Amino acid sequence: MELLEVKNLSKHYKSFDLKNISFALPKGYIMGYVGANGSGKTTTLNLITGMLKCTEGEVYIDGLSCGEDMRAYKEKIGYVGDESYFPEHYKIRHIRSVLKDFYPTFSTDRFNGFIRKWKLPEKKPVKDFSRGMKVMLMFASVLARDTKLLVLDEATNGLDPVMRTEVLKLLQEYVMDGEKSVIFSTHILSDLENIADYIYFIHGGRTVLYDAKDELIENFLLVKGESAKIPPALKRELIGVEENAYGFEAVLPSDKAELLGNAFLFEKPTIDQIVIHYIKSREEQ
Amino acid sequence: MKIIISNQSELPIYAQIREQLKEQILNGQIPEGETLPSIRQLAKELGVSVITTTRAYSELEAEGFIATMQGKGSVVLSRDNNLLREQYLLRIEEGLSTAIETAKTIGMSKGELTDIFHNLLET
Repeated sequence: MELLEVKNLSKHYKSFDLKNISFALPKGYIMGYVGANGSGKTTTLNLITGMLKCTEGEVYIDGLSCGEDMRAYKEKIGYVGDESYFPEHYKIRHIRSVLKDFYPTFSTDRFNGFIRKWKLPEKKPVKDFSRGMKVMLMFASVLARDTKLLVLDEATNGLDPVMRTEVLKLLQEYVMDGEKSVIFSTHILSDLENIADYIYFIHGGRTVLYDAKDELIENFLLVKGESAKIPPALKRELIGVEENAYGFEAVLPSDKAELLGNAFLFEKPTIDQIVIHYIKSREEQ
Repeated sequence: MKIIISNQSELPIYAQIREQLKEQILNGQIPEGETLPSIRQLAKELGVSVITTTRAYSELEAEGFIATMQGKGSVVLSRDNNLLREQYLLRIEEGLSTAIETAKTIGMSKGELTDIFHNLLET
């Protein structure tokens, strides 16, 4: 059963096109939406949340189309962005009362629980919060509601490792009952890589790769060696060859491994390494 | 039950989980009849994706180490189980194949090799 379905989603701007984004995220799973800055990640997520009007293509959350009942649709979504969306002079009590009026499923008890757990200052206005506190306040406000989909746009940027670990646990707990899903965008996966079930990778508004993360990692090898030793047959298959004075590094589809012989070092890549070499190859074209 | 995940290992994470559970089932550290944590519980504890733990469990199931029953979770099967016997058989065959390959590289005859085998069996 799909929780989030995106079909042929496109958006045209003067200087940028998002083109034919399609994927399905089943209930209880986590998707990492990755790409360089300006690749169209935020545009996609804003179309999903309804912050941008969906003019071409379709989005369904838990069976509801973004075109139908916007209020019911938005109720299903919890959004955390890279910047705080609370008025800067608000204190926690102001935010609590606004959320309570606005969202029928908002639980004051749950909200207060998170505020205590993460030791967020009740007496200070939001503008005096640290970056980490602002992010956790956004998480408290969305997790206090009954949502179906968490949409995180670069939400873990600038968090220290302890807080990132806390967020990872939160996301895994959120999908634990197998009924809710998470989509997060990031330009660097690092520790988020481990918990992602699916990876969608875009560049220049277009899909580059989309698969289960474990499949992606198995489908590629990270290859290193001496540039002078690359035979032409191998050269054609290497993706995003990055050369330095002493050797090269590139990514190779695993089914082309027989071209390597024993002149090169190869190992299991991380998703970030696959992304980096793909971006390099796209930019050379 | 112990599972240690290494990000440096050449083995994919699902295979690391599968192999470590298999080892502990084979040596009896995880006894027959024991219920393993749910796929989602294990994913959360290890900080890995649900697809990863699902794959580890389904491969253990295919190899006959565990059985998953709706609503009851995944249970460790008996070691008398035929499929498990096959696992041991496979290991024995692997060991013998290595010996045969080694014998071939020095051009040892069939007779000599079976002599060694019989001698070793009797000691």
